[in-house]
Amino acid sequence: MPTVRVQEADFDTGRELDRLTAGRTDVGAVASFTGLVRASNDGSDVSAMTLEHYPGMTERALEDICRAAHARWDLLDTLVIHRVGALRPGERIVLVGVSSAHRGEAFAACEFIMDYLKTRAPFWKREETPRGARWVEARESDEQAAKGWE
Amino acid sequence: MVTVLFFAALRESLGTSRERVAIAGPGTTVAALVESLRQREGAWSEAFAPGKNWRVAVNQRMASLATPLQAGDEVAFFPPVTGG
Repeated sequence: MPTVRVQEADFDTGRELDRLTAGRTDVGAVASFTGLVRASNDGSDVSAMTLEHYPGMTERALEDICRAAHARWDLLDTLVIHRVGALRPGERIVLVGVSSAHRGEAFAACEFIMDYLKTRAPFWKREETPRGARWVEARESDEQAAKGWE
Repeated sequence: MVTVLFFAALRESLGTSRERVAIAGPGTTVAALVESLRQREGAWSEAFAPGKNWRVAVNQRMASLATPLQAGDEVAFFPPVTGG
C-alpha cells in the first residue's frame, strides 16, 4: 500500500525508509531518492524557496503515481513524502522510497515515480533570488523523461 | 455554479485563488468557462489568451478543454507543475 504525505515539516530519511522494511523479511531491496533545495538555479542565487500545492489533488496524484508503479513492477511497498511551504537551500524537499524483492524493480520504480511526480503532481516552486521572487518554469527535459516511460 | 481555483503564478497574476462562477446549462465544457474568463478585463484576458500555457483539472483530475462541466464541479487552473 503506497504511503503518501504532503507536509511542511522536515522528515528523517532513515526512519522513513526503515518503515519499508520493519517487521518483514521478504524485502531484498530498497531504492530511494531525496531531492534538496539548491542554492542556485538557472544562473541565479537562490536564498529561499516556497512550495505551493493543491490540497487534495496533490495527494491523490501521488497515490495514482505510486499505484501505477505497483501495476508496472512487482513492488512490495512505496513511499512518497513531499514538503510544502518555506524551504532554504540544503533542506530536503522530497523523499521517494521503493521496496521490492530484487534491486531492478526498486531502482526503476523509484525513477518512474520521480519522473511522474515532476510532471504530474500539482506542486509549484517560487524562488527568492537577488532580483526578486520568480516562479520556477517547467522543464521540457522533465516532460521528456516522463514520456520515456510510456 | 462551479467553484474555480487558481494556483501559483496564475493565482498571483489574477489576484484571486477561488471564486464561484455561473456556467451555462447542460453540455457546457471547460472551453466555454475559459472563454467567459477570457472575456474579462485586464489580467484575465492576458492569462487566458490563446497559446498561454496552463493546465486544468476538474474535480481534482487532469482535464481538457473538452471536459464537460456540471453544477458543483471544482475546476482548477494552474501553470505546468514544478515540484520534486
